[in-house]
Parts: sequence; structure tokens; C-alpha cells
Amino acid sequence: MTVRRPTASQAREVAATVLDPEMPMLSLADLGVLRDVQVDDDARVVVTITPTYSGCPAMATMRADLQVRLRSAGFEDVEVRTALHPAWSTDWISDDGRRKLREAGISPPGATAPPAHGGPVPLTLLSGPRRVTCPQCGSPDTRETSYFGSTACKAQYRCAACGEPFDHVKEI
Amino acid sequence: MTDRTQIDHGAYEGLVEAHDDSRWAFGTGFDDPLVGVDTTMPEGVDGAGLAAYCLMLADDALVMSQRLAQWSTCAPELEEEVALANIGLDLLGQARLLLARAAAADPSVLPVLPEGSPVPAEDALAFFRDEMAFRNVRLVELDNGDFARSSLRLLVFSTWRLALLGRLRGSRDSVLAAVAAKGVKEVTYHRDYVARWVVTLAQGTPESRRRTEAALHTVWPYVAELLGTHPVERNLAEAGVAVDPASVRDELHGVLAQVFAAAELTPPEGPTASAVTGRAGRDGVHTETMGPLLAEMQVVARAHPSGLW
Repeated sequence: MTVRRPTASQAREVAATVLDPEMPMLSLADLGVLRDVQVDDDARVVVTITPTYSGCPAMATMRADLQVRLRSAGFEDVEVRTALHPAWSTDWISDDGRRKLREAGISPPGATAPPAHGGPVPLTLLSGPRRVTCPQCGSPDTRETSYFGSTACKAQYRCAACGEPFDHVKEI
Repeated sequence: MTDRTQIDHGAYEGLVEAHDDSRWAFGTGFDDPLVGVDTTMPEGVDGAGLAAYCLMLADDALVMSQRLAQWSTCAPELEEEVALANIGLDLLGQARLLLARAAAADPSVLPVLPEGSPVPAEDALAFFRDEMAFRNVRLVELDNGDFARSSLRLLVFSTWRLALLGRLRGSRDSVLAAVAAKGVKEVTYHRDYVARWVVTLAQGTPESRRRTEAALHTVWPYVAELLGTHPVERNLAEAGVAVDPASVRDELHGVLAQVFAAAELTPPEGPTASAVTGRAGRDGVHTETMGPLLAEMQVVARAHPSGLW
């Protein structure tokens, strides 16, 4: 058996197929948490991922899944690192990822507000300008039923037109 | 007669993916949340001081998270339970990173564990320190009380923490700066959520208003402590690493005034919660609610310090 001398693009191709444990319709690449895949001089594959939220309970699983997937694809030496900076943003979810979310009945995030430069973050006492369309019927007549949802990254909505409840990925 | 080993094997098989021993329900899924992150100390900063400061920020988040977790199965609505658990999870994540940062900056802060114990640094700090070693402000350890008191406390806490984290983004310590940049996004959301609840409760029924006013009287005496500057904070703030809590006074009171105006609430005039010869949470001097909180949080880990059962 010959040991493959891996290339970064081969390794990236494999790493990009690993699915997010909590939203398995998305790959880590779709979600935008796969920061970097490199192969160092010792033929070690170094994958860098970033957490969506500080308390994201899926990080350990992602790390383990990347190890397993890359090893079973023949990459023997794999290291998975964490990058905290710059902080993940929902703007990094790919167009393909947004389409897959919608197809799974989850409303994809809109664009995030531009960051305030210095100064305090303004308080929002009234519901913000977020406009969410129903992923089932496309109606804009929706309302937020809960500010938080089944995972850290989602809020819950209901569509007034078709009556269906659905998840919305919050803009951060 | 059934072969017992086979049954056990079958039961455990469901817990793991094929050829993947990292998904056991217990034990091997924990790893350093700072793996691969550059934890080099910023120039001219001493490790012990940085560790002490990280413990302060970590313990605030950890203890607040524990109080929020206590609402699980007890919240007035399922949605609020999910919300409080989500907020607690974000804070727990911040605490993990900060505890790991503390351990990397000064390993001598770690409690001594039995030889060969697999307990990672962050868990050792969370579960094996005694009350006097916790550096959280007393606001976060107060009993939950009713939903109004928990909401009022969370409003004060998230407003204060957001003000701190906003400034901490410019820290010379790259790990603290990164934790803060991420935390700002999370805590902004927490603050908006809970500010709306405080207004709703204050402007709701006479009973919800009565409870919210009572909550304000209970919580308010602990606000002054948030703005006091501990020597550790002063030294590191001068070194460009920490935020002096006194510097967030205007933002804290400004934002709270906005919420209180909408809620038509007036903070009480009155004495602040007393310190013991000038010492309070940041010095490890806590209220009587802290012991039971830690007992509940730490009992399982302390019963199994080697991670075996």
C-alpha cells in the first residue's frame, strides 16, 4: 500500500464534504466554518475551523468528523485547529448553503447590519427591520414566535399565510 | 441464558459512529476549546495577572450560565426556557474559552487533581475550585427568584457585559480580543431579548409590575459592585489588556435608563450591597447563595475526579 502524498486541494475536497452535525443539509464549507485546509512539509493535513457561537456544542463533533473523514480518505496525519478571529458571521454561509436551507424549510439569514465603528452597540427595544419570508410558501407575512430556537443559531417564526412554523437562521 | 457482554456491547454500539470512538456519550468528546489558537502572552504582561483577569470574566459567565440553566423545566413558557438555555449556552462557551485562556496564561491557577486524571483545564477550574477562588461579581450568583427578578438581573448583567466586551475587542491580548468580538454579537442579542421582557413585565399586569418593581429593589444594590475597579483590572487596563469597569459606567446607566424609561421604572435610592472589609466577589467573598450553587454545579465532577465510574 502506498501512502498518498496529499495535496491541499484534495484534502480540501474531502473536508468540504463533512456535514454540519446540527444542520446536516449543510456542509462545513456551505456553513462557512471551514476556514483553511493546508498540507505542511511533513504531509500533515492541517484543517482550520471556526465556531459559529462561543458555546457551539458541535465543535467537538465537527473536529472528530473531519478526522474520521480525512483518515478514511487516506490522509494519515490530520490536525484540526480552531480559529477565533475573525468571528464567524452568517454572511459566510454560501449561496448554495442558503438554497439548501430554504429547501429544507429553514429561512436563511439576511445580510448582517454593518458593524458599528467604535462606540456602544445600540439597544433595539422594538423588533428590528428583519424581513423573513416563509420558506414553505414564500409569503412575507410572517411573525417571530420566539427570539431563540432549537439551536443557538436559529429563531422561530410562523407564517400567517400558510400557518406553518419554521426556523430562521439569525443574522450575526 | 443471554450473554450479558453482548447486550452491553449492543447498547453501546448505538452511541458511536462506526470506527469513531470520539462520540462516546461520556468521556472523550471534550477537548481544549483553544486548540490551535496562538496563546502567546502579549509583551510585558505577566501571566498571573492575565489569568486572574480571565478568571473574573470567565466566572461571571459561568455562574450566570449556571443560574440560567436552573430555569430548565421551570420557565413560564417553553420558548422562554429555550431562550434562557440558549443564552446560558453562549455564556458557557465564553466561560470555556476564558478558563482555558487563564490556564494557558498561568498553569498554577489549576487545582490539584489525582494523578492521571483526564479532567481538562477548563473543567478543573469550573468544578474543582472552592468558593473563595471564584472571582465573579455577586450579582450573578443571586438566587433566580421569580421570572421578573431573573429578567431584571439578566438585563443588568448583559448590559454591563456588552459594554465590557465592546471595549475588550481592542485588547492587546489577541485571545481576549477574539473572545470579546464574538461575545459582542451574542450578548447584543441577549440584551435585546431581555430588555423587551423587562418592558413587557413592567407594563403588563399589576402583578407583573409589582414583581418587576420588587426585582429592581433586590437587584439594584449589586450594581455598584460591577463598576468597582479591582487592582488586577487596573493594572491590566493600564497595560492595554483589560477594561477598567469604571469606564463603562455611562454606557451601563445610559442603556438601563432607556429601558427603564420605556418600562416606567425608577431604580431605588438606597444603600449598595455591603462588602466585607471592602472585599466582594472579585476577591472571592461571596453571598450565602454561592455555596449551594457550587455544590449543585460541582457535585458530579467532584465525586469522580479521575473521570471514572
